Amino acid sequence: MNPFQTFRVALRALLRNKMRSFLTCLGMIIGVSAVIAMVAIGEGAKARVEEAFAAMGTNLLIVMAGSSSMGGVQGGSGSQPTLTWEDLKAIQSEVSSVKYAAPQLRSNGQVMSEEQNWGTQIYGTTPEYFKIRSWAVSSGSLLTQSDGDTGAKVAVLGQTVADKLFGVGSSPVGQNIRIKNIPFTVVGVLAKKGQSAMGQDYDDALFIPVSTFGSKIQGGLKKYLSGSIMVQAATSDTARTQADVTALLRDRHRLADGIDDDFSIRNLAEIASAQQEGTKTMTSLLAAVAAVSLLVGGIGIMNIMLVSVTERTREIGLRMAIGARRYQIMAQFLVESLTLAFFGGLIGVAVGVGTATWLSSSFGWSLLIRPDVVAISVVFSALTGVIFGLYPARKASRLDPIDALRYE
Amino acid sequence: MNAPLIHLEKVCKTYRMGEEVVHALQDVTLDINGGLVAIMGASGSGKSTMMNVIGCLDRPSSGSYFLEGQDVSKMGHNALADIRNRTIGFVFQSFHLLSRTSAIENVELPLVYAGVSGKERKRRAEEALKRVGLGARIHHHPNQLSGGQQQRVAIARAIVSKSKLLMADEPTGNLDSRTSIEIMALFQELWREGMTIVLVTHEPDIAAFASRVVVMKDGEVLTDREQEPVVAVVPPPASRPGVMT
Ligand SMILES: Nc1ncnc2c1ncn2[C@@H]1O[C@H](COP(=O)(O)OP(=O)(O)O)[C@@H](O)[C@H]1O
Ligand SMILES: [Mg+2]
Repeated sequence: MNPFQTFRVALRALLRNKMRSFLTCLGMIIGVSAVIAMVAIGEGAKARVEEAFAAMGTNLLIVMAGSSSMGGVQGGSGSQPTLTWEDLKAIQSEVSSVKYAAPQLRSNGQVMSEEQNWGTQIYGTTPEYFKIRSWAVSSGSLLTQSDGDTGAKVAVLGQTVADKLFGVGSSPVGQNIRIKNIPFTVVGVLAKKGQSAMGQDYDDALFIPVSTFGSKIQGGLKKYLSGSIMVQAATSDTARTQADVTALLRDRHRLADGIDDDFSIRNLAEIASAQQEGTKTMTSLLAAVAAVSLLVGGIGIMNIMLVSVTERTREIGLRMAIGARRYQIMAQFLVESLTLAFFGGLIGVAVGVGTATWLSSSFGWSLLIRPDVVAISVVFSALTGVIFGLYPARKASRLDPIDALRYE
Repeated sequence: MNAPLIHLEKVCKTYRMGEEVVHALQDVTLDINGGLVAIMGASGSGKSTMMNVIGCLDRPSSGSYFLEGQDVSKMGHNALADIRNRTIGFVFQSFHLLSRTSAIENVELPLVYAGVSGKERKRRAEEALKRVGLGARIHHHPNQLSGGQQQRVAIARAIVSKSKLLMADEPTGNLDSRTSIEIMALFQELWREGMTIVLVTHEPDIAAFASRVVVMKDGEVLTDREQEPVVAVVPPPASRPGVMT
């Protein structure tokens, strides 16, 4: 008897009892769909975190006024201004481990086009800022050095702002807008970026030259920089850049040993990797839960196969009497449990993908269905079928035909 | 071939039940070479044990058993399985058909284990079913067939491999007398075509259709005699009221 015939015999035996076969599959279906759905959601969360940090920029540090112990981490308007424009220049020119540095001044404000008006975040910054963020325009151009030098009244819009002011699919470049009632010309619209890791919507923002910001939007002290400094490290060794910048600023601010920093630096690269570690842990936790349910599915198969062997004792006796060898009986039951587990796995994949899609659409979770996870789940469920089918199959093959035929 | 089909030589079969030793077969020496052989005897006399040994489902505790001149008493279970597949057909009191499986698929089963290809299997199974008079019911399932028809399917399964030997343990035990006679008529036909049939029965009426009767008692052969078999003739169907003929 060849393997194909063994498969046919097993399949026929399974089809002879469809309800039992389905119930046996059910454990596997639940197990595998749990694996697929949970890993999809876990991976989705991970991918989203990675994406969000990528949108923020790589190897990023943010220097803010005020010590972290004073709650200066918020970097809001409440903190004492301690960072100066000279500090920014020094960071740019004197620290070799810094690639770019750019100011980030922020204000809330009302923006108007001819028809619409929209409240958003107004940022004042320099051209380097876009390099640090690695942001590009979808139309028009970014801010230039000369815009800053001349204090030009030009703005680059985030996608959301462009949509709100001019409507979806419009071309705002060259149009006029009023920011806090001051006329500006739109020179560019940024490509869509989505939610940031920190919950900010970078698409709901607009960017103007920092000099214009200082003179028109938020007149501040000329010496002090009333915002934060974005720094991109030259290498992925952000800790070293952080140390270099700290040393420079402490020196410039003439802070004696033992005195706290009057500024704080957030290392976003470290936060990013910590977050990614977190989601990785979550994914493995979910995978562990899913593996347990797969195990339960396997035990379910073993259970039903044992019941099936007992129930079909007479059939086994008959098959032996008419010439089935022990290994053929064993193969039949193994193929039966393998088939059940395999099809349970396949259905489980479908149910899992469905569940994950449903969850993501109704709760707004992102999901990522990895083909390798799907393949592994199916292979693993088939393997579960073999492993948990082994004992019942062996039990069947060791029956004595005489006893089996007489079994009531 | 001058070796007899079945040759039992001082075959003993003992069962140990705790302290007690049961001698199910004691020094049975017996040759069977053709014939429609009925094995009779009281309950517990060792008939089934003898059938199991002859049918290669069980091995003797001592003594030897030659089937077609081959000593099968020391063979391993795989070799015995192959012999059962090729040389022996079984018919049981309770039919032992696979439920929810058509007659033809039931009959095909021994050929599946013999590795016969699907098309050839179908052809031979159909032929066997025709031989037992069920050519019109090959796709019926056991629960759609009467007891007598189910036993015919089982007989078709026993002859489909063209085996030389047919073993039947109480084949008419679950059937009414009319159907029993039909089955015995079929056995007589198969015997006259050259098959060796060994059947166990406790009914003298059934044993009367055999060409030889072996009576067992306490694991030993009590009597063993050839006889002129009564020809099994199926009585015409009793006229039923309301049926126009
Ligand atoms: N598996 C077994 N274990 C123990 N004793 C058995 C077994 N099979 C049969 N026997 C005993 O062997 C004797 C013969 O049994 P059996 O061949 O079934 O008789 P029969 O078929 O003529 O009724 C009986 O005493 C029975 O109890
Ligand atoms: Mg008996």
